[in-house]
Amino acid sequence: MALLSKKDTSLILDPLADNNPITIQVLGICSALAITAELEASIVMAVAVVFVLGIGNVVISLMRNIIPSKIRIIVQLIVVATLVIVVDQVLKAFAYELSKTLGAFVGLIITNCIIMGRFEAFALANGPWKSFLDGIGNALGYGVILIIVGFFRELLGSGTLLGIPVLGDPILKTGLYATGYENNGFMIIPPAALIVVGIIIWVQRARTPALVEEN
Amino acid sequence: MAIDTDKNSYTVIFAAVMVVVVGSILAFLASYLRPTIVENERFEKQQNILYAIGVNENGDDVGAVNFIPTDAVEAEFSKYITEQLIIEGDKITENKEAYLIDLKKQLAAKKKGESFKLPVFIGEKDNKKFYVIPMYGKGLWDAIWGFVALDDTMTVQGVYFDHKGETPGLGANIKMRYFMDDFYGETILKGTQYAGIAVAKGNNDPLNKTKDDNEVDALAGATITGNGVAAMIKESVNLYKPYLETIRVK
Repeated sequence: MALLSKKDTSLILDPLADNNPITIQVLGICSALAITAELEASIVMAVAVVFVLGIGNVVISLMRNIIPSKIRIIVQLIVVATLVIVVDQVLKAFAYELSKTLGAFVGLIITNCIIMGRFEAFALANGPWKSFLDGIGNALGYGVILIIVGFFRELLGSGTLLGIPVLGDPILKTGLYATGYENNGFMIIPPAALIVVGIIIWVQRARTPALVEEN
Repeated sequence: MAIDTDKNSYTVIFAAVMVVVVGSILAFLASYLRPTIVENERFEKQQNILYAIGVNENGDDVGAVNFIPTDAVEAEFSKYITEQLIIEGDKITENKEAYLIDLKKQLAAKKKGESFKLPVFIGEKDNKKFYVIPMYGKGLWDAIWGFVALDDTMTVQGVYFDHKGETPGLGANIKMRYFMDDFYGETILKGTQYAGIAVAKGNNDPLNKTKDDNEVDALAGATITGNGVAAMIKESVNLYKPYLETIRVK
């Protein structure tokens, strides 16, 4: 038997495109706006969310039969918050530099609606293995969009990628800047992320007409 | 027998058990990891202070911040930092652990009108004397802090800035080399006033060639963080003014 059945594979692959948390479910927009001015931050956030959502979904799934429905949202919130704090503390002790890079994201992960959304919509109704795959799939789908947006915003806004200048020096006017090209300051402010996400949604719907709602 | 998870008594018991379990996990983890974290923070402070006086591993690297590695920082710190002073009112005392003073707490004490301690670090490198003062202020989202190294003419010999939660790609860039390096050689004096250094937009000096204008070029998209840095420098140098006046070569 294959490690992943056909259904398992679709749990991972669907959120990458046709059921993407950002472009289709329109969740997690807030953090997508906040941290995509740089490619590096986008990648760090993507990895962190893969970790937290993967494990969080398993924990919630294991507890799904004993969680009182009246306080389930609070229980979910505590699970995410605990996970994030544990990760943060362990990093602070053993990978201090990395923890400083992550510091700004801790709060953003706890309040990320994709995480609560997947707990509520999937983990509460499915077994741990399926929930794990669903968590990884959705986090990757989120990460892919984050990285695409981060790539364009950093390239067009600062002329760098991962902090390395790729278009020349804007002050000394070398490379592309010698031709009169200027960095687009608009790209590094949050509204630019909405426009890039909008363009991604447009491209995606143009390629897959099935996604477009009737009427 | 299935448990009735809708019963109020069950809900209350579940909540209570969960609080105890989660609380114990976090408390255990925090107390277990505390010593390692404190050690890391101590090394970081030493690295930051050394960075401000130009003791770092930057070498030929023009882009990134490279600290003295953590395993060597303690030795380097005691080598370059010759004196650590604590200013308390008019009293100045020497203290080998002045760098552990939390400026945030001292400023809070000052606000309440209580007595407070201000640390100063005196460094010596290549026969030059540096006076490093710590700074603490507010950015857009959260705290910003740093160190500024001055010589006896009140010219900046180096700075280090850091922040808790400024926006990556915007305000967070205050800890980038291209921003911090601009401060080198700027004077904090305007006449005899401790004017600090403004983070100015559109000052027509993006290469920062003018060093006596009390201005450096701002970061695009980070107005509030930049203003926070300027306010922090101004407040700190004025806080230390009585001490700086005693060392200033007039």
